[in-house]
Amino acid sequence: MGFKGTLRPGLVQLRVLDLDKTLDFYKNVLGLNEVGRTSDGRVLLKAYDEFDHHSLTLRKADEAGLDYVAFKAACPDTLEKIKEKVVAFGYSVTEKAANSDQPGFGKRYSFKICTGHTFEVYADVELAAKGPQIKNPDIWSEQPRGMKAQRLDHFLLYGPNIAEAERFCREVFGMYVPEVVNTEDGKRFATWITGSNKPHDLAFVEYAQPNKIHHVGFYLQDWSEVGNAADLIAINHLKLDIGPTRHAITRGLSIYFWEPSGNRIEVYAGGYTAYPDNPQRVWDVSEVGRGLFYYSGQVIPSFLEVVT
Amino acid sequence: METVFHNVTVAETGERFLCGEGESVLAAMFRAGRGPITYGCCGGGCGACRMKIVSGNYVPFKKMSRAHVSERDIQDGIVLLCCVQPRGDLTIRAV
Repeated sequence: MGFKGTLRPGLVQLRVLDLDKTLDFYKNVLGLNEVGRTSDGRVLLKAYDEFDHHSLTLRKADEAGLDYVAFKAACPDTLEKIKEKVVAFGYSVTEKAANSDQPGFGKRYSFKICTGHTFEVYADVELAAKGPQIKNPDIWSEQPRGMKAQRLDHFLLYGPNIAEAERFCREVFGMYVPEVVNTEDGKRFATWITGSNKPHDLAFVEYAQPNKIHHVGFYLQDWSEVGNAADLIAINHLKLDIGPTRHAITRGLSIYFWEPSGNRIEVYAGGYTAYPDNPQRVWDVSEVGRGLFYYSGQVIPSFLEVVT
Repeated sequence: METVFHNVTVAETGERFLCGEGESVLAAMFRAGRGPITYGCCGGGCGACRMKIVSGNYVPFKKMSRAHVSERDIQDGIVLLCCVQPRGDLTIRAV
């Protein structure tokens, strides 16, 4: 048994302004598969290489942005222990019944953290009808489309008091913090946090306004797929933010752009392998340009300032 | 059919650029390289291109996030420039 607390972020619910146009992007450009729809009109999607029922829910709304993210706990016993720790940490918890508003998902616990974001945690979720093969498996059963996103990878959140959010992830989710950026007076400017071998399951940047999302990241096979994604951004007239480039932080190979409703998406490959016993990598905020965009060494204003 | 272009004037600076009826005011501003170009998602979600249209006719052709443009804002001519197209000469200014 490797991971003892949370396994990964397993579900994100995003708000979109134009459901049809945005859904077309997620299916035909990013390459996700539609799993189903709920009676209230939300659309459930998953990447071709994911086993669980779905990983992304789109909800039509007047505002773009993030409703919540949900983390999968290692087992039902761990889920209950995490719930107790959330309460002990000081956040109030709401229980969402199995198969209520997210088909296929077991019981979820929901709570708001100090940055204003709603987190959820669950342990049980049905396997998808069309998941990866497991018996003498081929690499895929239906040829992946578009950017060929393999799975949901991570997300970057903006909000106040990220030092507390980081402590929460460590103490309650059992995560660790492979990499941070500190201000000149030693305060957290940004933090990369993981419960697995990925360099991050989530990250935070300190920001006065609560409950903002910078991007959702999906995983691609390799650097050539990042180039393919860049072609598809151009062909489909999506708004590019930055890339293709490399992060020194996480070492990811990356490109950022906005989907048609204005939620920023990253498609990402590579990244180092993290271990909880490795020393933490620490950046000065004066060096954050090189940390984020290693080749140019410069941050473009839209990247740090525009959130949804 | 020929594209109909209109003049867009930036109130603060007097800068002027042409914007076609089939493109967003933000896209025309990019093309001209004039005006207070602040942008983000170009999809109506992030609010980076929020400005006031002081005078002139325009149509929204994409939904604007309610987080950045309220019903009251719409009555006051406050828009996201990535979501509106001109139907006459416009004057715009910062909010």
